[in-house]
Amino acid sequence: MLDTRKQIIKGRSVVDDDWSVLKLDEGQAPDTVAVPDGKVIVPVPVWLAQRDALAARAGQHGRIGIWFAPDELATAVQDDLGQFAVIAIDFPKFTDGRGYSIAFNLRRRLHYKGELRAIGDVLRDQLFQMQRCGFDAYATRPDRNIHDAVKGLSVFSETYQASVDQPQPLFRRQARGTEAEHTGSGA
Amino acid sequence: MYRYDQYDHLIVRERIAQYRDQVQRRLNDELTEEEFLPLRLQNGLYMQRHAYMLRIAVPYGLLSTAQMRTFAHIARTYDRDYGHFTTRQNIQFNWIELERTPDILSDLAAVEMHAIQTSGNCIRNITTDEYAGVAADEIIDPRPYAEILRQWSTFHPEFIALPRKFKIAVNGAVEDRAAIAMHDIGLTAVRGADGEVGFKFMVGGGLGRTPILGSVINDFVPWQDLLTYTEAVMRVYNQFGRRDNKYKARIKILVKAVGAEEFARMVEAEFADLKGGPETLTREEVERVAVWFNPKPYATLAAIDPRAGHADDKAFANWLMRNVKPHKVPGYAAVVLSLKKTGVPPGDATSAQMDFVADLADRYSFGELRVTHEQNLVLADVEQSKLYELWTQAKAQGLATPNIGLLTDIIACPGGDYCALANAKSIPIAAAIAKRFDDLDYQHDIGEIELNISGCINACGHHHVGHIGVLGVDKDGSEWYQVSLGGAQGNQAAIGKIIGPSFSAPQMPEVVQRLLDVYVRERVEGERFVDVAQRLGIAPFKEHVYATPIVAQETAGEDHHA
Repeated sequence: MLDTRKQIIKGRSVVDDDWSVLKLDEGQAPDTVAVPDGKVIVPVPVWLAQRDALAARAGQHGRIGIWFAPDELATAVQDDLGQFAVIAIDFPKFTDGRGYSIAFNLRRRLHYKGELRAIGDVLRDQLFQMQRCGFDAYATRPDRNIHDAVKGLSVFSETYQASVDQPQPLFRRQARGTEAEHTGSGA
Repeated sequence: MYRYDQYDHLIVRERIAQYRDQVQRRLNDELTEEEFLPLRLQNGLYMQRHAYMLRIAVPYGLLSTAQMRTFAHIARTYDRDYGHFTTRQNIQFNWIELERTPDILSDLAAVEMHAIQTSGNCIRNITTDEYAGVAADEIIDPRPYAEILRQWSTFHPEFIALPRKFKIAVNGAVEDRAAIAMHDIGLTAVRGADGEVGFKFMVGGGLGRTPILGSVINDFVPWQDLLTYTEAVMRVYNQFGRRDNKYKARIKILVKAVGAEEFARMVEAEFADLKGGPETLTREEVERVAVWFNPKPYATLAAIDPRAGHADDKAFANWLMRNVKPHKVPGYAAVVLSLKKTGVPPGDATSAQMDFVADLADRYSFGELRVTHEQNLVLADVEQSKLYELWTQAKAQGLATPNIGLLTDIIACPGGDYCALANAKSIPIAAAIAKRFDDLDYQHDIGEIELNISGCINACGHHHVGHIGVLGVDKDGSEWYQVSLGGAQGNQAAIGKIIGPSFSAPQMPEVVQRLLDVYVRERVEGERFVDVAQRLGIAPFKEHVYATPIVAQETAGEDHHA
């Protein structure tokens, strides 16, 4: 099944998008499924099964991306990261948070620098935390207004902890309030 | 206590704006209920049996009097004039309207409070010892570290959609009063050979359907690595915790499945990349936070005998014995205000009582209060010479029942009267038992005993670790109660054993009576109920309880506030 969106959020803008996402239908096997021409984001198992052919294509045109399912680890393709024009992480349900750890590990541990796109059940109220974990592109759910969803990226202007977007925690970035003497009253 | 700086204020303010917008979108049907659910849960808003319930965070159980008065205001303005203090050191309001929750959050923000992550599959309120900072056996004051963990876990972007809820407790003393063995992560402060502070990491404890005590995965994590090591644990859990079955999704199941040694190895592999990184704590940051928890401006006092001048007042003596705890500073004591008066649901307080205890704290305890995981309140810094005066006032408001640690100091979840998950009621069972054993002389004779009641397998009443544990179960649509014995919290934490077939509600007071009969018969000098239960096992108790039919004695009563 080839899933094609017309628009995604990239950075903080809504842009046209001509990538499609290949998902295996029932009965399709990673080693034999035909990867269509054009800019295609393939599942990790398809990449691993058809690596040589897809790598040649990626090398020629820069037109192959991969996507991770939540139960796959960032390290599954760690030697190939330089070959992908885009890496996507699928959120089959917005309540499944494994994709955030995959993103973190791709960015911080494996130093992936290219586009990192959230796909699947991607809703406005997740975008802020996705951005913090290193996503920079969002294929939001097509039944929702994508322009409204952009607002989800700018909910907070400060955060306590370090993550991909901000590698220094608040306590290392800002001089924070202190009080040397208590006032004799708790509040 | 910790005070917000500009950043804390900013983050809470932006949270309210975000949540207000989410509520508006829900009311406009731009968000489905399914989508709204995790958003409202991460803000402590549940849909209960009758109405919305709002759970407000009381970080590590510490409250200012301004905060307590705000609870009273919320109870009066938005609810039915009372609130419920929980076993997680939080407070819940049971009759909340969705539309008004953003306004409640604004009222809370004005006194540096919020409801962030009090529910949902994320890191919850961090709990600790209610005597932190005043206990004589304290190695370190755990509260600065609890506050640092609170900030670190607030809106942690990676750990906001975990497989299940996640609870962390920190204990800084020799004796564990934070029940660390039943938490997802239980931390104990330890001092290394060079005197430096570190934490023993216990992981994978929890009650519920599968009660398991935590396993130590590291005996000494230096304080600098507190956040990075915790992050490593969280990342392992987020990636490998089960998500196919809600009941097998807690970290305890993962730790059990792979074994504590293998789990520790997985954590070390994550930690290797994080160690020494930017989240490594600095002395400057720990000191910045710790300064707020500095010892209070104690007067230089001589220790006195508070009974002096009141030698004939037996009621006062009882209260001193049960509700007044030692303090590390001479001339001071910690006072427990009992929320377990017979006839009142455990942990409930009216708005008038909340205002009143705030007044007491201002007058007698530097304007601070604590919430205990046994659902009582503590004034931690009372001058011994003021105890009689304080007692007289607390007694007039029904807050001086001298039953702390005794049979009627029952821990109970809200149960079927409120909770949509419950299989059975809890409050009427607690009420019936409290009524039956109201006689204080008898209670004092029985001595220390913990009776815990949960209305369902989720174990919010911590029944597994009760010396007597009561679990509400559903059998063919009617409510029954399963009894376990020998559970304990603290350094000798243990999971209780079920004694046999369950009982009806009206049988429960007599069941407790029969358990106590065996204890009184078998005890030797100084032995507590739990000691006898653990020494003899369940057999003699079981034999006596089931020897003759138990006649149902009284109905357990109706909903308390319905």
